[in-house]
Amino acid sequence: MSATDTSTTKESLRGSGRARRADPIFRGLVLVAATSVLVVLAAMIIRTTLDAWPVFDAMGFWGFISGQQWSVGHSRSEVTGTYGAFPFIYGTLKISFFAILAAVPLAIGIALFINEIAPAWLKRPLASTVELLAMVPSVVYALVGIYFFRLYIWEPVGQFIASSPLGNLTFFGPPVLLSSYWSAANILAIMILPIITAICRESFAQVPRDEVNAAYAMGATRWEVMRKVIVPRSFSGIVGGTMLGLGRALGETIAIAFLIGASQRWAPQLFFGGDAMTSVIVNTFADAAPEAIWALLAIGVTLFLITTIVNVLARLIVYRVGQFSGDAAL
Amino acid sequence: MRNWRILLALLLALALAAAACAGDEDAGDPTAATDDAADDTDDADDADDAAEEDDDAALLEEDEQVGVEADSADLLGAGATFITPLMLEWIRDNEPGINVNYQSIGSGGGIEQFLSENVDFGSSEAFLDDEAMEEAREIRGCEPIHFVDAFGSVVVSYNDPDLDAALEAAGQDNLVLDAEAIAGVYNTDITTWDDPAIAELNPDVDLPGTNLIAVHRSDGSGTTNIFTQYLDDAAGNWDLGFGTEVDWAAGTIGGNGNEGVAAETQQQPGAVGYLSYAYAVENDIPVAAVVNEDGNPIEPTLASISAGPSEIIDDIPEDQRFAVLGVGGEGYPIVGAHWILAWECGYDDAVAQSMIDFFTWAVTEGDDLAEDLLYAPVTGAFEERVVDQINRINAAE
Repeated sequence: MSATDTSTTKESLRGSGRARRADPIFRGLVLVAATSVLVVLAAMIIRTTLDAWPVFDAMGFWGFISGQQWSVGHSRSEVTGTYGAFPFIYGTLKISFFAILAAVPLAIGIALFINEIAPAWLKRPLASTVELLAMVPSVVYALVGIYFFRLYIWEPVGQFIASSPLGNLTFFGPPVLLSSYWSAANILAIMILPIITAICRESFAQVPRDEVNAAYAMGATRWEVMRKVIVPRSFSGIVGGTMLGLGRALGETIAIAFLIGASQRWAPQLFFGGDAMTSVIVNTFADAAPEAIWALLAIGVTLFLITTIVNVLARLIVYRVGQFSGDAAL
Repeated sequence: MRNWRILLALLLALALAAAACAGDEDAGDPTAATDDAADDTDDADDADDAAEEDDDAALLEEDEQVGVEADSADLLGAGATFITPLMLEWIRDNEPGINVNYQSIGSGGGIEQFLSENVDFGSSEAFLDDEAMEEAREIRGCEPIHFVDAFGSVVVSYNDPDLDAALEAAGQDNLVLDAEAIAGVYNTDITTWDDPAIAELNPDVDLPGTNLIAVHRSDGSGTTNIFTQYLDDAAGNWDLGFGTEVDWAAGTIGGNGNEGVAAETQQQPGAVGYLSYAYAVENDIPVAAVVNEDGNPIEPTLASISAGPSEIIDDIPEDQRFAVLGVGGEGYPIVGAHWILAWECGYDDAVAQSMIDFFTWAVTEGDDLAEDLLYAPVTGAFEERVVDQINRINAAE
């Protein structure tokens, strides 16, 4: 009797012979969807690297990333210019670093406030306001940056820092320009704030309520709970959010092209104009001769390499921290 | 449940058929699309319909391209941003009523698109050098034609309230600069207004000590070409050469497009930027008077920018590849020609006719529009030579 029962259940679960054909079809579809990502990515990498090859070949990979001179040639068939991408790599890393430096603490603060401190009626509006920031197109950020922020906030703050004792260091020294690494880093910080905040909030919310309540029960203050329970427990989430933010910062184009000064040079100061990898691509590609296009693609390949390295490092950090503290141990 | 699956399968088939058609269209073989669609007979009728529509669209496109039916065709051009305001007016008002799609992507881009034969005509403030001419001949198997459609000027603008006040106190309208002084600012040799090189040119003005920041174009630009070509010719201390892009000195900054340089110059105190004249007027930015070959400081005006080109008009070579240099008299010295690039062969008749009609109208009838926008039009005997050049379009077989 029981045997019959089982077979009936199985029968009803397996469906008719016709319906079973859907199974492999569906599997095939999902497989196509999954592989398409890999195919697209591989095609892009192979294609750009092949196109950029003459430039890497002529300059040498090391020569390309450390060279300081960028003078484009106008040939259609061979590499005649000098292509050193150091000013752009330096600029991209510099502004991304400062953007992260400004945005991460701010994002953690916002996330803690929304999750732990804000009264219930304020939580929703505040959270959606932060998310709204993510929906503003970057060209709008660029314009607001050019016509408002840099004139009334960033430049005065820059002047203040440059005229303080810090200004004696070359790095923070005058002159303070409107188009500068400083302006670009600031606009980036605003642009990457929403994503970092969202991910921080997500991971703070996943800290088991029991642990938080236990800490309160043992007499911990709010500050202590946040510092010693919530933030350490969410470390991998914070790193993950930071990396996503960094990814956006490295790749952001229009706002940077407008605000960094686009001089194709690098400068040791923070308040001076420079250039970045994405900005030189967007500024010069429309006008570029074929060999200059190869060089721009070479910058693209380098940017891809940098993002990959950043991501691998982030994974490593998360992995190491997980090993030491153990996810459940905290 | 089963209905849902059938629907999914149908949708999928439709998508595949459509994809197949799209792919074939790219390959430029419209008949293949029909074959493909015919093979998919087990698909829903929708798929066939969609395929037929695609097919029709492809045929229609081809008709337009060979120009069998129409005797005037739409034109596609690309190039200089410098000329864009004027070009748009010409396109809007042209009497032959020809549809022109002009893509304002910069002179370098215009040359590039022209040489890759993606457009009917290119537009640039830099002419093709001998090497590029040689390449061009190989590409199309005939001569590329240059003809001038207007002259424009590049002005040196600046932003410094202190300087404005000092000029006003001295009763002087414009700051006076010469080629060496401009080159000095862009070399970063001159870092303040009260530098002796500038003080010498403005003896009556109590120049302020504002720190100067030279602003250049960050994109490749014909404006840059005119500007650097002038400095290369007239300033002994200029060693960066000339072109649509040069290796600017460290300590300068860039702005994207004329708009970018204008915004930067207007906002950054101490900024010195070079702009297409119309942009400076539009944005009401103060501009410098520039000392010309004869030692006269000349303010840019419509009359003074026309003076330079008319001085050298008789010396313009047959192929119209030239630079306007060494302007003296009452002429403003930083001026340049804007060229249209076209081919002597290989157009469909309708396209060639439309180009001839449009540009003949523009250079003969479009002068007022040019002057309104502060470009110097081509006039007189030179205009006839330009029309002769225009008539060479597609003349060779």
